[in-house]
Amino acid sequence: MNGATYIARSPAIAARLLGGEMMIMSAVDSTFFTLNEVATAIWQAADGVTPLSEIVDKYICGEFDVELPGAARDAEEFVHELSRHGILRVSNEPIQSPQETQ
Amino acid sequence: MTSSISQPAPAETVAIGIGGTTVRLHSSDSHFRSMVRERYCSFLAGSADADFDFDIELLERPSENTDDDVQVQVRNDEWLMRRGDFDACWSTNSRRGTVRQANSSYATDSVLRIVHSIALAQRGGFLMHAASAIRNGKAFLFAGVSGAGKTTISRLAPTDCVLLSDEISYVRPHGKTYVAYGTPFSGELGKPGENRCAPVETVFLLEKGPSHHIEAVPDVDAVRRLLRNILFFAEDASLVHMVFQSACEFAQSVPIKKLVFKPEQSVWDMIR
Repeated sequence: MNGATYIARSPAIAARLLGGEMMIMSAVDSTFFTLNEVATAIWQAADGVTPLSEIVDKYICGEFDVELPGAARDAEEFVHELSRHGILRVSNEPIQSPQETQ
Repeated sequence: MTSSISQPAPAETVAIGIGGTTVRLHSSDSHFRSMVRERYCSFLAGSADADFDFDIELLERPSENTDDDVQVQVRNDEWLMRRGDFDACWSTNSRRGTVRQANSSYATDSVLRIVHSIALAQRGGFLMHAASAIRNGKAFLFAGVSGAGKTTISRLAPTDCVLLSDEISYVRPHGKTYVAYGTPFSGELGKPGENRCAPVETVFLLEKGPSHHIEAVPDVDAVRRLLRNILFFAEDASLVHMVFQSACEFAQSVPIKKLVFKPEQSVWDMIR
């Protein structure tokens, strides 16, 4: 345990990038989500082995005009929200299992 | 179809062809066969070849509760479907199955909708809650939930239109285009569609209003609303994935617009 958060896309979803927005549908309950650009960047980087803090630093603060503390807080809230719907897996350890790919 | 089931056609068989897919029903009950022939008279097909075969067993005391939710599951290559007035199973390998049902066309209708929705999903198509009509060789779909105006727009259709359905539209890809087929599945109009087909020109998302106008719909919203109107029963992740991808492909190929309309025939002046 190093206190890091790891995130991975659930295999039980269907996803597609359209018009710059990521559309996601849960294969479990057919719930439909759309992600904005920042959320899409986090989603695409959710490979299960890159810590969330590194994703935020590299893909969010590096690409969008946001400050690290606020971006990290928003990212934590976002991943836990998606986790509650079963479309993102969150762990304190790297997640190695197969996942949905684009 | 790349392949189909071929076998001698017994006299106890009724074949129903919708959207180029034939479902054969086998029943020893002549009254049931007559009822099915009458109900699907415009969609009867030659019974020499079929995509699916079902042996029908009529229940003497079926549950009359048709309001139950439909349950559709796949287990070990076998599809299971159940509602108050029927239960059915069919093998994905042999494409044969059995239906135990009430002696009613309502139960048969439901089984056919489920079978077609699954078969279509596997081929990149779908059944949609939409009225549809052919005009000038092009198919127009009018999607919406109950009350949105599917039956109204169907009733207002001018005489040069061929009505494919006022309730459930059948869409499947053909090469790089999508084709809409007529279905026997009717809504409030109580009249089956014509057994015809044409390339899909536009999907209109219906909304009643004080005047007629057409609005653009952003891509993501189009997919979201399309998915809301696609008939989809199965609790199967791979099939959900296929339907989702099909809806995305369709939305990128076919214009999807909002049609706000006043219930007057002049709305059809905008649909050509």
